[in-house]
Amino acid sequence: MDSKWNVVLIILVIILCIAPLVMYNGLGEDEGYFGGADGAAGDAIEETGYEPWFSSFWEPPSGEIESLLFALQAAIGAIIIGYFFGYWKGQKES
Amino acid sequence: MHIMEGFLPPLWCAVWYIISIPVIIYGIFKIKKVTEEIPDSKTLLAVSGAFMFVLSSLKLPSVTGSCSHPTGNGLGAVLFGPAAASVLAVIVLLFQAVLLAHGGLTTLGANVFSMGIVGPFVAWAVYKGITKANISSTIAIFFAAFLGDLLTYVATSFQLALAFPDPTFTGSLVKFLGIFAITQIPLAIAEGLLTVVIWNGLKEYRSKILSKLNLFSNKESEAI
Repeated sequence: MDSKWNVVLIILVIILCIAPLVMYNGLGEDEGYFGGADGAAGDAIEETGYEPWFSSFWEPPSGEIESLLFALQAAIGAIIIGYFFGYWKGQKES
Repeated sequence: MHIMEGFLPPLWCAVWYIISIPVIIYGIFKIKKVTEEIPDSKTLLAVSGAFMFVLSSLKLPSVTGSCSHPTGNGLGAVLFGPAAASVLAVIVLLFQAVLLAHGGLTTLGANVFSMGIVGPFVAWAVYKGITKANISSTIAIFFAAFLGDLLTYVATSFQLALAFPDPTFTGSLVKFLGIFAITQIPLAIAEGLLTVVIWNGLKEYRSKILSKLNLFSNKESEAI
């Protein structure tokens, strides 16, 4: 399959991600939008009167640090994928 | 799909650990066996793990107005089998539990069960089913990744409904499916599409190994 298809697929992914941003344009966390589903499930559990019996040893102290670690996670994955695909491409061409 | 630290009663934490641990151990043996038989497959294993790392770090907006993340578990499951994917899931979930306070150590067993066992098993079975019917591996990998992602979240909803059947199991299941599964549909489609992009690359550069791992339909094997 040629690389044109990959471009089409990636554009479709971008559309899927932008659509919700357009649909709920102007609405944010304060109105209850774009929060995490994991957190929403946590809230639903707490509504049943359940109290968590254990909490994390360490939590990122702020949203900034959390986004740093998430970016690190993505970067680790991306560099491995990029390294091997580059290696394979080079192998094929030589 | 991350059940947060301490959000499952101790009994359920134990149940999911007990179910998940044998699968993880089997997965370690399976990875050893495949990488010994086909040493070149190690790089594919690294890419599958890395793909899970990237995808599970991306929190994407969904049409329901909340955010969630794909799982990346379909690729590894198709390449190396569901048990191997559970080992990869342990690595990702530990990273997130310890460094990000996403998920947790008490709920690790439960989260491995959904993201590392149910999702990968579904992805693997769907892939085998579609390629056996002689349909192209590209179409198979899309549906494998799509359903592997979606069923991971369905599994989480079941786990929470079992632990919190408030007021009834069904009512609770509908509530958690509403939070997780519906949000996940467009993200699962995105995961399917991204997995196809990686798959196209693997088919172009690594088709010999894919064929050694017995991943092509009969029609495609003949074409190679």
